[in-house]
Amino acid sequence: MKQYDVVIIGAGPAGLAAAVSAFDAGIRSILILERDREAGGILNQCIHNGFGLHTFKEELTGPEYADRFVKQVEERGIECRLNTMVMDIGVECGAEAESVDAKHGVDAMEKPSCRSLKYVTAMSRTDGMYQVAARTVILAMGCRERPRGALNIPGYRPAGIYSAGTAQRLVNMEGYLPGKKVVILGSGDIGLIMARRMTLEGAKVQVVAELMPYSGGLKRNIVQCLDDYGIPLKLSHTVVDIQGKERVEGVTLAQVDEKRRPIAGTEETYECDTLLLSVGLLPENELSAGLGVELSPVTSGPIVNESLETNIEGVFACGNVLHVHDLVDFVSEEAGLAGKNAAAYITRMGKEEAAGQVQIEISPQSGVRYTVPSHIRLSQMQDTQTIRFRVGDVYKNCFIRAYLNDKQIISKKRPVMAPGEMEQLVLKKEQLLTFVEPEEKSHCLVIRVEEK
Amino acid sequence: MYDVVIIGAGVSGSAVARELSRYKGRFCVLEKEEDVCCGTSKANSGIVHAGYDARPGSLMAKLNVEGNRRMEALSKELDFPFRRTGSFVVCTDEGSRQKLQELLERGQKNGVEDLQILSREEALFLEKNLADEVVAVLYAPTAGIVCPFGLTIALAENACENGVEFQFDTEVSAIKKQGEGYVIETSRGVFKTRYVVNAAGVYADIFHNMVSADKLHITPRKGEYFLLDKGAGGHVSHTIFALPGKYGKGILVTPTTHGNLLVGPTATDILEREGTNTTADGLAAIREKAGLSVKDLPLGKVITSFAGLRAHEDGHEFIIGEAADAPGFIDCAGIESPGLTSAPAIGAMVAGILKEKLNLSDNASFVAERKGILNPAKLSAEERNRLIEDNPAYGNIICRCEMISEGEIIDAVKRPLGAKSLDGVKRRTRAGMGRCQSGFCSPRTMEILHRELGIPMEELTKSGGDSRMITGGRKEAAQ
Repeated sequence: MKQYDVVIIGAGPAGLAAAVSAFDAGIRSILILERDREAGGILNQCIHNGFGLHTFKEELTGPEYADRFVKQVEERGIECRLNTMVMDIGVECGAEAESVDAKHGVDAMEKPSCRSLKYVTAMSRTDGMYQVAARTVILAMGCRERPRGALNIPGYRPAGIYSAGTAQRLVNMEGYLPGKKVVILGSGDIGLIMARRMTLEGAKVQVVAELMPYSGGLKRNIVQCLDDYGIPLKLSHTVVDIQGKERVEGVTLAQVDEKRRPIAGTEETYECDTLLLSVGLLPENELSAGLGVELSPVTSGPIVNESLETNIEGVFACGNVLHVHDLVDFVSEEAGLAGKNAAAYITRMGKEEAAGQVQIEISPQSGVRYTVPSHIRLSQMQDTQTIRFRVGDVYKNCFIRAYLNDKQIISKKRPVMAPGEMEQLVLKKEQLLTFVEPEEKSHCLVIRVEEK
Repeated sequence: MYDVVIIGAGVSGSAVARELSRYKGRFCVLEKEEDVCCGTSKANSGIVHAGYDARPGSLMAKLNVEGNRRMEALSKELDFPFRRTGSFVVCTDEGSRQKLQELLERGQKNGVEDLQILSREEALFLEKNLADEVVAVLYAPTAGIVCPFGLTIALAENACENGVEFQFDTEVSAIKKQGEGYVIETSRGVFKTRYVVNAAGVYADIFHNMVSADKLHITPRKGEYFLLDKGAGGHVSHTIFALPGKYGKGILVTPTTHGNLLVGPTATDILEREGTNTTADGLAAIREKAGLSVKDLPLGKVITSFAGLRAHEDGHEFIIGEAADAPGFIDCAGIESPGLTSAPAIGAMVAGILKEKLNLSDNASFVAERKGILNPAKLSAEERNRLIEDNPAYGNIICRCEMISEGEIIDAVKRPLGAKSLDGVKRRTRAGMGRCQSGFCSPRTMEILHRELGIPMEELTKSGGDSRMITGGRKEAAQ
C-alpha cells in the first residue's frame, strides 16, 4: 500500500489550495483524489465572473480562478488522481496496512489517536478499488444542494424540477437548456446566478420566491442577476403546489406568515415548464461521518479547532465541507491554513507537547449561529486567528462583540449583517494572552450580536 | 391472435405473466406507461404482510398468507431484495389490548404462524424506539419487507426471458367481445386474443365494465409517504403498524430493503386515477401521526415524499377470476394492500385458471431463475477489482449517494425490458434515489442513456411520455 503524508479528498478550490500550501510548507508526499474528470470542482461550471477579488485582486471567472490553482498544483508536481471516487476513510486497516504501520515504527498501542495512519479507499476505472495510507487527511469534498424532497413541497413529481447547480451544469458544461419558462425557489447565490444565466439563454425567468423575509444570497447578486433583468424577488413566499404529471406545467406560490406557514388566499399560479431550487447547500460529510468525525448540527460540517483539525487527530477540513462559504477567496484562504497545519502536524509528529494545554471554547450566542473554529488551543494558535461565522437574522447597525471569560475584548460595529453573508472576527494572540490566566486550562470566548 | 393479453405491467400483471410463461402459448402484456412498475406497484409500503388483517375465509386472507410463504423462495429464484424482518402492531392504550388479541386470533384463523403478543418490556427488547405510550404489541415474525420495484421488475424480466411479449406506451381504449375471444383497441393498434387478464390497477373497473354488466367500482385511495435518509434507516428494525384506533388507520414506520426509513401512508379517497401528487394536508397528517407508535422520528432527514394510489374495490376484496357474464375475461382487480405480498400467489392462481381454460401445456424451455443487476458492493475487494479489470465501467461511480457505478446502469439499460428513462434506471439501480435525489447523477445518467440507447438528449425523459428532461440546446450550442 502506498503511503502519503497528506491525502486530500477533492480537487475543488479547497483541495487545490490545501495541496499548494502543504507543499509550500515543505511536504512533498501529497495526493489529491478527485471524482470528476477535471480538477477545479464546482468552479468549472461557474462561468460568470466575480471570483478572485480578494485573492488575486482581479475579477476572474470560476474556471479561470480554478485554473490558477490547478497550475500551481501542476508546477509543484503534486499528484492528482482524477475520475477517482473515494469510497471510505478509516482508521482501521487490513493486514497489509498493519505491516505498513510496523515498517514505519508506528506503535498503535502507545498513542493510537495521533500516530495511527488513516486509510483511504478509492476507486477508478483504471485502478479499480485500492487503499492508500495517509499520515494526514484533508477533507475538501465541498457541499451539495438541498433537493426538493427535503423541503416537503406538495404536488406532482414531474420532469423539470432541478436544483440550480444541476441546471448550471447542464447549461454551462453540457450545453443544454433545462427549460424555457422558469420559476426559481430560493434566493441562494446559485439560484440568483442561474436566474441571469437562463435569461441570457433566452428562457423567461418569471419570479424568484424566497421563504425567508430576506435573501439567502449576496446583495451584489440580487442587483446584478435579478434587478438588472427585471426579475421580481418575492420575499416570504414559497411553493405550495407543483402541477404537471409528466413535465412541470405550473407552480403555485403563496405568501408565508412569520412562522413560515403559507397564508391561505395568497396563492398565485405561474405557468412554467421548470422549477429551479436554490434552497441551501449541505456540506457533504458522508465520508467524514464514516470516519467518526464529529459534525456540527448547525453547519453539518466537522467541528474543528484553530488548526481546522477535527476530533480525529491528523484529519483536517476546509472549504464548503467545513461550512458553506459565499466567496471562493475565503475558501482558498481557509484551505491554505488547513494545508499549512497538516504540514505542521507532520513536522511535529513524535514531538507532542505535554498534555494540559490552555484551551478556549468559543460559544456562539444571541444571533451568532456557529463559529469556525469552535475551539482554540492557545499553544497552537498563530499570531492572529480568523473566526468565521454566520448570523441567524438580518441585523442593522448592530455590534459583533467577543467576550473572553466575560470580559469584552472586541466590539465591531456592523451597519448590516444577514444570514447570506459570512462574517468574521480576527483574534490577536497577544491580546488573548493578557486575559488568560496560564494556570486556568479552560476558557470561554462568547461571540454575540448586540444592538447597542 | 394471442392466447392471453394481460392489461397492466404492475406487480399483479407481471406475476401473472411470469407464472403463465411456464406454459406454451402466445402471451402479451400491454402497459400504458413506458416501463413496468409505474403505477400502484411503484409507490407503496413495500411490506410483506404476515396476514392477520384480512377477514378469515376471504381470498385476500388466503392469497396474503400464501404470497408471504412463497416470497422468500421467489426472492432467491428471481434475485430481488426481500428480508423477513417481522412486524409489530402497537397498542398505545390499555383499553385497546382486546383488539390486539382479536388480531392475533384472526391471524391464527388465517394460518399465520408464530404470532404472539408481547408486553411493552418484551417489545422494547426487540425495538428500542417504540413510543412511550406503547403498552403491548402483536408481534408477527413472518412479516417482511420487499423492494416493490425489484419484485415487479424481476417478475417481468423473467416473463420476458421466457417468451412473454411486453408492449409499452400502449394504452387500452376499448375491449370488445369478438367470436371466441376479444379485440383490444389501444393507442398502438389492435390486439386480438382468446383471453384477457385485467390487471389494470386503479383502471381495472373501467376495463371490467367494458365487457361485463356486473359492474365493478374501484376508488383510487391515495397514500402519501415520507422516505428518510439511510442515516435514519436504523431507527426501527421491524415494520411498526399502529393499531387502528381513535386516530383512524395509523401511519406505519418501516425500514426498507435498501436501508432507508419509510413513514406513511395516509388514506384519502380521490377521483383522479392519476392523482399521485402529494398534498400539504397529507404530509402534515403523516408528521402528526408518525410519532404515535415510534418516538424521536428524525423527520428532518426526509429525502423525498411521494404518493401512491391503492385500487380500492368497494367490497375490499380481491376480485380474481373469470367475469361471470364475460367468458375469457379474467379479472385481477381490487388488488390493494396486501396485493404486493399476495402477488406471487395471485400470479399462480391466475395462471392456474388460464392453464385449465386454455388447456396449456408446459413450456419445456422455461427458466425459473433470473439474475438481478450485479451489485458490486456485495463483492469482495478482489472480486470487485477483477470485475473492474474486465469492465472498467464498474470502476466509475455515477451516483455518489448510493455509490452506483456506470457498469450497473449499463446493465439496467441493456437487460431484457431495460430502462429507457431516468426513473427506469433509478428503479433498477437506485441511481438517483439517494439523499441528493439525482442532483449529482442525473446529467451523467442522461449521458449514459443517450450513448447506450441512441436517444437524442432532447428526447430523454424522466419517466416516458412528455417528461422530457431538457427543452433544447444552449443558444450557442444550437448555432
